[in-house]
Amino acid sequence: MLNFLARRLVQLVPTLFFVSVLIFSLQQLLPGDPALVMAGEERDPAVIAQIRQQYRLDQPVPIQYVYWVKGVLSGDFGESLRNKMPVRELIAQKLPVTIQLGSMAIVIAFLIGIPAGIISAVKKGTAWDYGANLFALWGISTPNFWLGIMLIFLFSIQLGWLPASGYVPLTENWRASLAATIMPAFVLGNAIAAILMRHTRSAMLQVLESDYVRTARAKGLLERSVILKHAMRNALTPVITLGALELGTLLSGAVLTEQIFSIPGFGKLIVDAVFNRDYAVVQGVVLTTATIYITLNLIADIAYVLVNPRLRT
Amino acid sequence: MRILRLAVTAAALLLSFEATAQTTLRIGLAEDPDILDPTMGRTYVGRIVFSAFCDKLFDIDEKLNIVPQLALSHETSADGKELTIKLRPGVKFHDGEPFDAEAAKFSIERHMNFQGSFRKPELATVDHVDVVDPLTIKLVLKTPFSPLVAQLTDRAGMMVSPKAAKEAGDKFGLKPVCAGPYKFVERVQQDRIVGEKFADYWNKDNVFIDRVVFLPIVDATVRLANLKSGGLDLIERVLATDIKEVRGDSRLKLSTALELGYFGLTINIAKDKNKGALSQSEKVRQALSLAIDREALTQVVFNGEFVPGNQWVSPEHPYYQKSFPVPKRDIAKAKALMKEAGVTLPVAVDMMVPKGAENEAVAQVLQSMAAEAGFDLKIRVIEFATSFKQAQAGEFQAFLIGWSGRIDPDGNSYVFMHTGAPQNDGGYSNAEADKALEDARLINDAAQRKAIYEKLAKTVLNDLPLIYLYHRRLLIAHTNKLEGYKQMPDGLVRVIGLKLK
Repeated sequence: MLNFLARRLVQLVPTLFFVSVLIFSLQQLLPGDPALVMAGEERDPAVIAQIRQQYRLDQPVPIQYVYWVKGVLSGDFGESLRNKMPVRELIAQKLPVTIQLGSMAIVIAFLIGIPAGIISAVKKGTAWDYGANLFALWGISTPNFWLGIMLIFLFSIQLGWLPASGYVPLTENWRASLAATIMPAFVLGNAIAAILMRHTRSAMLQVLESDYVRTARAKGLLERSVILKHAMRNALTPVITLGALELGTLLSGAVLTEQIFSIPGFGKLIVDAVFNRDYAVVQGVVLTTATIYITLNLIADIAYVLVNPRLRT
Repeated sequence: MRILRLAVTAAALLLSFEATAQTTLRIGLAEDPDILDPTMGRTYVGRIVFSAFCDKLFDIDEKLNIVPQLALSHETSADGKELTIKLRPGVKFHDGEPFDAEAAKFSIERHMNFQGSFRKPELATVDHVDVVDPLTIKLVLKTPFSPLVAQLTDRAGMMVSPKAAKEAGDKFGLKPVCAGPYKFVERVQQDRIVGEKFADYWNKDNVFIDRVVFLPIVDATVRLANLKSGGLDLIERVLATDIKEVRGDSRLKLSTALELGYFGLTINIAKDKNKGALSQSEKVRQALSLAIDREALTQVVFNGEFVPGNQWVSPEHPYYQKSFPVPKRDIAKAKALMKEAGVTLPVAVDMMVPKGAENEAVAQVLQSMAAEAGFDLKIRVIEFATSFKQAQAGEFQAFLIGWSGRIDPDGNSYVFMHTGAPQNDGGYSNAEADKALEDARLINDAAQRKAIYEKLAKTVLNDLPLIYLYHRRLLIAHTNKLEGYKQMPDGLVRVIGLKLK
């Protein structure tokens, strides 16, 4: 086990190095000049030259890269070109926001997707089934921004129940925080719920036809306990794996959703940074995201090994 | 769904118990501002925030007159090379430090010399600042520069606490300490900027709202939705197409003012690699200008809310040259000019258009209008940051772009038209125009300056390095609970005198 872990950790180093080179070089391909964007309307050449010098934009890309990596290795991600905030601080400020939003979205997705999938499998061919399928189709095909604006229109303008946008940290006021994030979390969770529903349904249908379920029924068990205790447990294993994979969808979905609801999270941070050509922020955010992914992957691998002893060689 | 409904209801119920005794003005901004340091700030949206935190030496009124703010008066010497400014007594910065001549000298010198200062070009003519007495400073200039006082009505005239600025260095913008009506409390990037009423403000009797919160909300529809739902009290940059909706809502009010800037087509005259007909002949440019029905353009795209224009200042501006009115559309004359120029039709033009629904709509209208006179405007929509870069590199034939405008007409003309000026993307160069632009900077008398600008208009409106199209209306919507709001032509939101019912 230790051997396995050590091997994976060693693999981590070249992966992260490759990612960092990729981020840096891809970003250089972005058209537009960060110094010009930064200057905005104040395009005096002397001032622009000074910005270039100050942020080493006048140096060759490999040298810029070395400076950046040197900083990153000592925990310094540089500072935002736009507002001089340390990038590390910005990330620390925004990450919890997106984690909260993502967790709520996943909970919503599971709460809606799994019961809907089970019901439509159990009541296959009935109005329930068609209804759930219709919901799934709707969920998959509804664009985030449209659903977001419709929800704002209904719950904020017409009913006046929820704030139309903005964010309050959980630690500051949990009620206001939930009120501010429930709509974006629903928008994010909705699409995932639809996918989960489809997979739960097909997994359930398969399990319900298997021998052991027939045996359970033959033993005279109540239908409810056949479904909930016997069939569901087995059907859900692949669905939960899928749910974990959907975390990726969540991060990319958050980009748009956070923009609509003005949630100051990770997604909004990177979108604004790209449009402002705030290189230091883009680099920091992408590197952090990549690290999170790689770490999650590693944890998943370790979990598999723990569960399946055949992999421990 | 039931769970969601329960959660929504529960959250709404809990929220309704929250009430604040303080009055808070919540302002929805179209972008997240950049750094809040007047020396290094460079965005329009940042200026809106500054107006709550940082007072300036001078301000403007609705008619563009320069009025004192932290200064009491100013006087320019006969040779135009000395500007003496008397300062307001009894003013304090947010950290309790006194505002006096030393502090004013420090602030101006910081704008002039600080590394990364964007105010350097604005104060480039200032040689040094003298302290005359504790409440008087003298700006000694290298050459006369009549727009200087106008520069001091904006960021270059903002005064910062010397103590705080020295301590914070280039991080001053993370926690600005100025002498404005509100004291900076906190900023969460992309979320909010909060200020609270400054108890020792020199004009505190006219500040009636306890807190001010700026919330950047990029999407105009969502911004308006927040205003309608009561989540915001005031929003800037309402879309022209939403005006009807705002006017139709009895709880909302629309405040407007004509902008100081303009929208137009910058023509690439000297850097056009393909040597297209538009760059080579002023007759072709005149034909294009005559092919455009500016009135119809503003009607179609902006519900007639914007004002057709043909100069760098709007027809309502004191420096507008009435002897050169907005031309009417004249297709016959346009065709005749094309014939005189001897060009083969259609004249293809690469028109660069920064991405955005309104820009693209304007481009399409221009395209169809110009087609009738024999132009084939090829619309090339491009992301904003990229368009800047390409404009500077001269990779365009026509560039649809606006300018937010400055109080003094110099700020709308010199940098765009003078030979080699930083924003002269089309490389226009004309000795007569250069002379007029230079002369206008030397003279303080308004009538004489206007006469100089008339000469400039004559030259430039013949050469047409820029085809001016229209002037936008600054559209601000606010709740009718907000009293005393007046929109100024610079677009900034002034909090003095505002009351929230």
